[in-house]
Amino acid sequence: MAKQQGLFKGITPYLFVAPALIVLAFTCLYPVIKGFELSFFDWKLGTPIESRKFVGWENFIWAWNDPALFNSIKVTIIFAISAVSVELCLGLILALLMEKGIKGIALFRTVFIVPIMIAPVVVGLIWRYLFDANFGLINYIAQLVGFEPKVWLGTPGLALPAVIVTDIWQWTPFMFILFLAGLQSLPTSPVEAAQVDGATTWQVIHLVKLPLLAPVIWVAIILRMIDAFRSLEVMYILTFGGPGRETEVLSLNIYKTAFNSQRLGLSAVNAIFLLVFIMLFSLAFLAIARPALSKK
Amino acid sequence: MTIQSFKEANTAREDSRDIGFWSTFIHGKAWKAGRYPLLSILAFLYLVPVIVLIMTSFKTQIQIMSRAPSWIFMPTLGNYQNVLMEQGFLRYLINSLIVGSVATFFTLIIGGFASYALVRFNFFGRGTISFSTLLLRMIPPAVLVVPIYVLWTFFHLADTRLGLIIVYIGFNLPFTIWVLISFISDIPIELEEAAVVDGCGPWKIFFQIILPLIKPGLAAAAIFTFRIAWNEFLLALVLTNRVTRTLPVATTIYLTDIGVEWGNITAMGTLVALPAILFTFLAARQLIAGLTAGAVKT
Repeated sequence: MAKQQGLFKGITPYLFVAPALIVLAFTCLYPVIKGFELSFFDWKLGTPIESRKFVGWENFIWAWNDPALFNSIKVTIIFAISAVSVELCLGLILALLMEKGIKGIALFRTVFIVPIMIAPVVVGLIWRYLFDANFGLINYIAQLVGFEPKVWLGTPGLALPAVIVTDIWQWTPFMFILFLAGLQSLPTSPVEAAQVDGATTWQVIHLVKLPLLAPVIWVAIILRMIDAFRSLEVMYILTFGGPGRETEVLSLNIYKTAFNSQRLGLSAVNAIFLLVFIMLFSLAFLAIARPALSKK
Repeated sequence: MTIQSFKEANTAREDSRDIGFWSTFIHGKAWKAGRYPLLSILAFLYLVPVIVLIMTSFKTQIQIMSRAPSWIFMPTLGNYQNVLMEQGFLRYLINSLIVGSVATFFTLIIGGFASYALVRFNFFGRGTISFSTLLLRMIPPAVLVVPIYVLWTFFHLADTRLGLIIVYIGFNLPFTIWVLISFISDIPIELEEAAVVDGCGPWKIFFQIILPLIKPGLAAAAIFTFRIAWNEFLLALVLTNRVTRTLPVATTIYLTDIGVEWGNITAMGTLVALPAILFTFLAARQLIAGLTAGAVKT
């Protein structure tokens, strides 16, 4: 097959990929390596590079005994798992309801993408206003229905759920759109065959459609989990990690260690933890999802 | 039997045996009649946060601070006046536009080259390259922010627009390559083979045959790249100063230690969100192509 042999040989392919490789090496690979190097130094932000001190594994030992690091790992996991699982369920239900026979679905679908397109900074400030203790819409509605107004973003136990709700608002449509596209591209014959055999609509959904949709569901979960692990803007605006360290996800911890506590070396160590954590997670997830994905 | 009568018979049969909550619900009259109003209400509720943002930007400080939100009020342009008259606004807008468009242009060209090579050329290291491109997509920006800050300061790229542009090209390349690969694979290879027979070189084929054919893919990738550059906060915060700042960073100026200037910040937020909202309605199809790229084969 021509595709396998390739149209051109020699140096040409390398010329085509070289610009991308150079940029990626300079913006992703080199910084990661530099990050490893930084993690062995004690260096205060804003001081010249000569003033940094080699400290060996000291930063790693400090980080390992640092409750703040393990707290942010915990917050990151709780945030990612709760947000993504709610988004998954809501997105799936909505997609199954609107799968077919709805005229004007394109318009509804468009409306649902708006939150995805808006800058995370703006999403953060919208919800900071909605959750405001004194004049936010959420407390106003709560009072109308007879609940006590709450200091949502300043109370331990309420701030993290508030951050999760914001994420659910912004990202459920992503799941919905993926699943809708997935359902619409399913082969029709298995569904028809099941119907002819007398399966109920519910049986068709959970015995035929969901198994066929499994690859899309896994890809959606993986993509959203990776996104959830990297999000920090919304927390930055909503709570800046507070109250205490209640909503301080690992990404925010890295930022604050470097640019507030000014400890570049320690921040680099925390970044390595995040990197290793994401790699392990992705590998584990791919291992679990492999049977479903390989069917694709 | 006509198709119509077959369909009717089929529906009747379905109705007669299809019991259970889900079936009754999804085939029931209530859902058929009620889904449009229900969906409209849902869509409206969904947009309430955005509507609140826009409404607040037209309110005075006193109206904003009132306990009961007012839905009908005398709109004021005072906040927009404050934001637009603020010295830096025009500069921040220009920064955002330059950084966004230059980064998008180069991401598409560089990404296009790489995707073409990865789809059509067979060369040593192809598998490794396409796999590691995917891997790079997973690295969170927070992992890179400190080393990039250090390196860019060293190379005198910090506080320049060029520095930010380079970062955004790098961050967007994996996604762009991923999208364009799926579009290029769909092109029948016979076109290129015919061009080779006619004596075309690889560069001519790329620019004159491939690029025009993958316009929808380029559009989808362009929208997403520009959106990232327009919305990105973390690296823009760290890598820019008063002169080179972009709009999202400028927005956070109104979050002060004393409190939030709600009128001004919502006006600024609306200005930042407006192009995104307009784009969503103008280019919904490309957006969906971009969002579902790679996950769903259509």
